Amino acid sequence: MSGERARPWLLSAPALLLFAVMLVTPLVMTAILSFNSFDFYGGIQPTFGLGNYADVLGDGYFYEIFGRTFLIALATTVICALIGTPQAYFLLRMHPFWRSVMILVVLGPLLISVVVRTLGWAILLGNNGVINEALRNLGLIERPLKMMYTSGGIVLALVHVMVPFMILAVWAALQRQDPATEKAAESLGAKPITVFRRIVLPQAMPGILSGSLIVFSLSASAFATPAILGGRRVKVVSTTVYDEFLNTLNWPLGAAIAIILLVSVLAIMVAWNRLVEKRFAGVFQ
Amino acid sequence: MAILELRDLTKRFGETVAVDRFTLSVEKGEFVSLLGPSGCGKTTTLQMIAGFETPTGGSIALNGRDLSKVPARARGLGIVFQTYALFPHMTVEENVGFGLEMRKVPADERKRRIAATLDLVHLSHLATRYPRQMSGGQRQRVALARALVIEPELLLLDEPLSNLDAKLREEMQLELRRIQQEAGVTTLLVTHDQSEAMALSDRIAVMQGGRLIQEATPFEAYDRPTNGFVSSFLGKSNAIDAHLEAGGAGTTQLRCGDIRLDAPASSHGPGAVLVSLRPERIEFCGAGEGIVSGTVVERVFLGDQWLFKVKTGLGELLVVRRNSGRREPEVGETVHLSWQAEHLRLLEAGSAA
Repeated sequence: MSGERARPWLLSAPALLLFAVMLVTPLVMTAILSFNSFDFYGGIQPTFGLGNYADVLGDGYFYEIFGRTFLIALATTVICALIGTPQAYFLLRMHPFWRSVMILVVLGPLLISVVVRTLGWAILLGNNGVINEALRNLGLIERPLKMMYTSGGIVLALVHVMVPFMILAVWAALQRQDPATEKAAESLGAKPITVFRRIVLPQAMPGILSGSLIVFSLSASAFATPAILGGRRVKVVSTTVYDEFLNTLNWPLGAAIAIILLVSVLAIMVAWNRLVEKRFAGVFQ
Repeated sequence: MAILELRDLTKRFGETVAVDRFTLSVEKGEFVSLLGPSGCGKTTTLQMIAGFETPTGGSIALNGRDLSKVPARARGLGIVFQTYALFPHMTVEENVGFGLEMRKVPADERKRRIAATLDLVHLSHLATRYPRQMSGGQRQRVALARALVIEPELLLLDEPLSNLDAKLREEMQLELRRIQQEAGVTTLLVTHDQSEAMALSDRIAVMQGGRLIQEATPFEAYDRPTNGFVSSFLGKSNAIDAHLEAGGAGTTQLRCGDIRLDAPASSHGPGAVLVSLRPERIEFCGAGEGIVSGTVVERVFLGDQWLFKVKTGLGELLVVRRNSGRREPEVGETVHLSWQAEHLRLLEAGSAA
């Protein structure tokens, strides 16, 4: 009997161990670190206080960085949902052969290293980049459009890599719906666009929700893309944390910023989850 | 006047012919069933009437109007799907009201009609529930209400009861018939369940291999099947291969091996025939009075009935007896069987399924 009861624990032990060592321990240590203080001459002091949090929450500079980060994440999420949802619907209705080909195309961006992909965007977006050169040669613009070192450029590159997560999540949700519901709506007099808006879209909501949770949290904590495309000028939270740790060497402040980012992303996700589940109660089991 | 007229309706998928020159007309207020095994083309026929499949040939007319150029959404048919296809994100009311909303029926009239239809299917008390909070039988009623509320000229039912358990299915059969008659709606049912087709319909169209085999009232199809397939598909039946021969004095006889049977009056000429005999028309009798005798090899108790399998010179025969409380023969016992010659049906040889 006791052997029976121990078996599930034994089976999950490797995963639990990995989880504890690789995730929980660093998180707890980061949390503890965020309560310590920093002295320019003495380094990290093992004190315990909320000084770092007070510094961050009392400084408009940090508010601007957090605001920018969440705006970038929000814009990325919205654009991904707008692109990904119809695309998932097309995938669902495709011939199985073309569908497998298209899924590979969709997953393409994920197969390329983030640094390579982002440098590719830098080549495209730069003042003397491919896009500006082309527009100038066509005579459409006189002076280059500023795309590098802007939030817009970061959003563009993030959408590129995040859209597969949205498509796969929505696609999974659409596969669970009964295809006869579309026919039923059609037989009741609904035009194709009405069928999509009133029948398909609400049933895709669980997918859009889980997709947007993934995209939002990954975008809010993305580092390489904003670091390369935003540089020193367009700072986001993760690049700020990086700077605190590696340039200023103020680890406790960096830890406090990281913890605030974690908590606020969690809060936003939980709130969004609640809202959507309440609004589309019928679709969620 | 016929509401629905199918003429030489044909559907080919590449090389395979799913529906082959199918002709049928359905009168106003009638309940007609398309009955057949899976793959017989009945569902494809329904899909073509609904507008989800394009016919390869032939025509479909609804109330004299040709439907070939009319998209599914403009046909105005009420359809109940096998899976019910309820909209999971809408309440019962919203589901039922969807068709009215599409027709831009004003809100107050919409409300009235939803209430009246939910009343018809006895679901008024569940109007604000979501489909997932309901049982299979209740979902079925919602699907029916959603199809009926638009007052369709024709109601199409695609295996509507196949997802329900046996007891509920019987209840819903009676219920479906009541609702259909109260609403007075012309109905076409597609099913593979012969008892469902017989219980519900005014007329049955039996299909096999994409073709119409027999079109008759349930009683007629059961009692006078036109071929072996219909006789074995509708209810239980004994099929006996025999030879029809002239007997003495203008009578005819059936020869089956060395057994000779009196033949019923029929228009069949001499030659090979398939004889169909319903198990409930066979009786047990005393020794010397029987037409054939045999040994009971199987006995199954069905509550209201006994089912016997008797090994005779004519092969194994099924016999059904009403349970009237008397002692019934046991396995291994010798029994004597008799029947009225008029209960034999002579069918074309080789037409059994």
